[in-house]
Amino acid sequence: MSKGRIFAAVLFAALLSAPLIYRATQARREGSANRYAAKATAAYGFYFTECANASGIHFRHQAPKLDPKLNHIMEQIASMGAAVSVVDFDRDGWPDFYVTTSGEHARNALYRNMHDGTFRDVAAEVGLADINSPESGVSMGAVWGDYDNDGYDDVLIYKWGRPELYHNDGGKHFTRVTETAGLPPWVNANTAIWFDYDDDGKLDLFLGGYYPEDVNLWRLKTTKIMPESFEYAQNGGRKYLFHNLGGGRFEEVSAKLGIQSRRWALAAVAADFRDTGYPDLFIANDYGVSELYLNEKGKYFREAGKEAGVGYAPKSGMTASVGDILNQGRYGIFVTNISEEGVLVQGNNLWMPAPGASADKIKFENVANAMGVELGGWSFGAQFGDLNNDGYLDLYQVNGNVSLDRDRSYWYDYSKVAGGNRAIISDAANWPPLKGRSLSGYQQKRVWINDGAGQFKEVAQMVGVRDRFDGRSVALADFDNNGALDAVVANQRGPVLFYRNHVDPANKWIELELTGRSSNRSAIGADARVFWNGQEQRQEVSGGSGFCAQNQRRLHFGLGRTSRVDRVEIHWPSGRAQTILSPELDKIHRVEEPE
Amino acid sequence: MSASAESITAQSGTSRQSAAARFFSADNRYLPPILITLILLGANLSFGLLESFSRTALAIATAMGCEIGLTLLIYRKFPNLASAYITGISVGILIRSPEFWPYALCSAIAITSKYVIRWRGRHLWNPSNLAISAMLLLVPEYVATLMIQWGNAVWPMVVIWALGLAIVYRVKRFHITATYVCSFVFLSWARTFFTGHSFLAEVAPITGPMYQLFIFFMITDPKTTVKPRWAQCVVAGLVAVAEMILRLAENVHAPYYALSIVGPAALAAEIYWTGNRRGRGQRAEGGPSKD
Repeated sequence: MSKGRIFAAVLFAALLSAPLIYRATQARREGSANRYAAKATAAYGFYFTECANASGIHFRHQAPKLDPKLNHIMEQIASMGAAVSVVDFDRDGWPDFYVTTSGEHARNALYRNMHDGTFRDVAAEVGLADINSPESGVSMGAVWGDYDNDGYDDVLIYKWGRPELYHNDGGKHFTRVTETAGLPPWVNANTAIWFDYDDDGKLDLFLGGYYPEDVNLWRLKTTKIMPESFEYAQNGGRKYLFHNLGGGRFEEVSAKLGIQSRRWALAAVAADFRDTGYPDLFIANDYGVSELYLNEKGKYFREAGKEAGVGYAPKSGMTASVGDILNQGRYGIFVTNISEEGVLVQGNNLWMPAPGASADKIKFENVANAMGVELGGWSFGAQFGDLNNDGYLDLYQVNGNVSLDRDRSYWYDYSKVAGGNRAIISDAANWPPLKGRSLSGYQQKRVWINDGAGQFKEVAQMVGVRDRFDGRSVALADFDNNGALDAVVANQRGPVLFYRNHVDPANKWIELELTGRSSNRSAIGADARVFWNGQEQRQEVSGGSGFCAQNQRRLHFGLGRTSRVDRVEIHWPSGRAQTILSPELDKIHRVEEPE
Repeated sequence: MSASAESITAQSGTSRQSAAARFFSADNRYLPPILITLILLGANLSFGLLESFSRTALAIATAMGCEIGLTLLIYRKFPNLASAYITGISVGILIRSPEFWPYALCSAIAITSKYVIRWRGRHLWNPSNLAISAMLLLVPEYVATLMIQWGNAVWPMVVIWALGLAIVYRVKRFHITATYVCSFVFLSWARTFFTGHSFLAEVAPITGPMYQLFIFFMITDPKTTVKPRWAQCVVAGLVAVAEMILRLAENVHAPYYALSIVGPAALAAEIYWTGNRRGRGQRAEGGPSKD
């Protein structure tokens, strides 16, 4: 054998061994991290304890039983509906939260914060429990916003069925106002957000369909209800944009304003990505590309996903969250997708504005891989929040699709049909039966800590997030008013989990509870920038983000070990600007829009 | 997937053809790489097929770099890069990973294998098939294969099938593709009796782009297929049978593994058989064996 061939043989052996060595190195690193979990916890500056039961939260999601024609893949179809949204519905200054279930006669729950670390379900008392039925459909999620500016947050409950709008009567009771509002009779919706797209001081509503609105999943006329493609489907539900006319009435204006899409929407988020003063709309779609609707001064929306870079490579978008993760005063967008070892590695997207982007020419780059947040399993909801108050936004992501038999996987049969032609994939009758198998089940959740220098580190196990339920929706809020962001997680066919956060008190914080006057009273769309220690962080009051979720509207800023904040600048949707100098640390600041 | 370029190289050319005729003739070893590139560009611009251009470029650059380095080292000459280019581009299309290194590693394994796993002057495995199978076995947490479609319309599929069939016809490999497709369809029907699933569910994979690349460019590789036409058909059928067995075991990567098992086994049998026959002939004539 020649020297050249000997060299080639050695090279070949080295190449084949390289992945094994890489794997062994990774495993050793993870092993040592686990051994030093206690030290790692101290290093990260926070720790979660799951205490739902101790806090009086005893809620379990139930999945619906849809048309028997779907029995063979029922768990895969009925795989959404566990949702959580945070609201201070009674304005007592303590965040409460609402959770949905999807059993036909199961009851949603509104957990009132009792100010002592416990919660009490008051949904039945206030009229928000009995929402689900085969006739009107079942809950998929809820979003809160004060659409009539009376000071109390109202709620839209979106369903696979009839969307319902409830008016909050002074925090004591809710009155159903669906017909007055002019909402459609049936939408198979999986996302909705409140935002004031035209800055007229009245909250408008976006509602995104998943299955087409002429499909009643309990009474199917055909089994051809599935997406026509795993990556390019455009046969989903339509989108609705309800313009708030005042007086509790809404006008549907989506087509008039340029939002015409039949992609399979799973998440939407609004934020002023271009500093125009008007919120743009980002939609994460399952079975296809994301969409970015640029707001042209409240008059029109222009779809610019492809030119902005976010609407190019098709994946399975499940969540949409916005955060200024590098403290640069620019919003990134996190979109979760599917990654399954050896089968499908889509990877999450973390879209960051490209340098030089402007209002006329916005461009995003996917930095999920570079920043270490790409692989999250079969990912669903995610939220940004400074979990350790170190001054940088972290990321909490849940995952897991269908957890049934641990030892048998549906992935082979799933991939067999998912890659097929539209004539095959679009007919549920062609999908092989699930037969109790799991599809990306029992997955480890992700808690990514932001080091502020462009890297996230996954620490879920080490900070106490160890559940393996099928996570759908996660919402962050400071339920104890102590400056620590707690997490509520809604799991499909599983319990609601309450992760109480214990943060190193050496890290400082402030929170801003904003109330609009000329702007919508919920202050949704208000933009706050906090300046301290030569740093700047920007956050916007949100009317819904993540997957079927809503964080507390109050803005929470971790500050690290600082002794003072220089100033806070607030830009209200009305166009007014406000500056607060040296706000006190470790305090919730209640700020009203100036006249 | 270095099939067509190399098979074209083996064809004899004519000298009195027009430039256009020469370009579209079987003598043009650059025709398949050009067609694959056009397919790739069209699919990516239309449907965002690639993970990213940079990853595919890395796969191609690594394949070509390895080819140049190893050919210079072993044969002391500069290689024709058409085959390495196709290997690189196929790795770039078929491998899906959020990381960059699997693209480089897969291409490097593919090209290096051609120079290492040889018997009696021939390499046994289709390079990209071997490398992709190795990656799927060794690092499944970082690597998957192409699962998405060429959009949801019929016309891209028609275009790909037409182009693919034209290429395999020109390089005289149509019978291999046809045998495999017929076998797959028949065995899909047979699988329904084992799985209880519909025929459409079983036949669905072949309507996806991964299979189109597999049947047109991977199983037809002349360097790693047996010589007689009848034997090529038999091997294509056996690949389909092996794939069916793997599918019944719910193996997601059945086609890659089936080809990486059956292809080299068939080739080794042929090399052994022809080598012995040659040896017997030489002994009968009183000459020495050249192996």
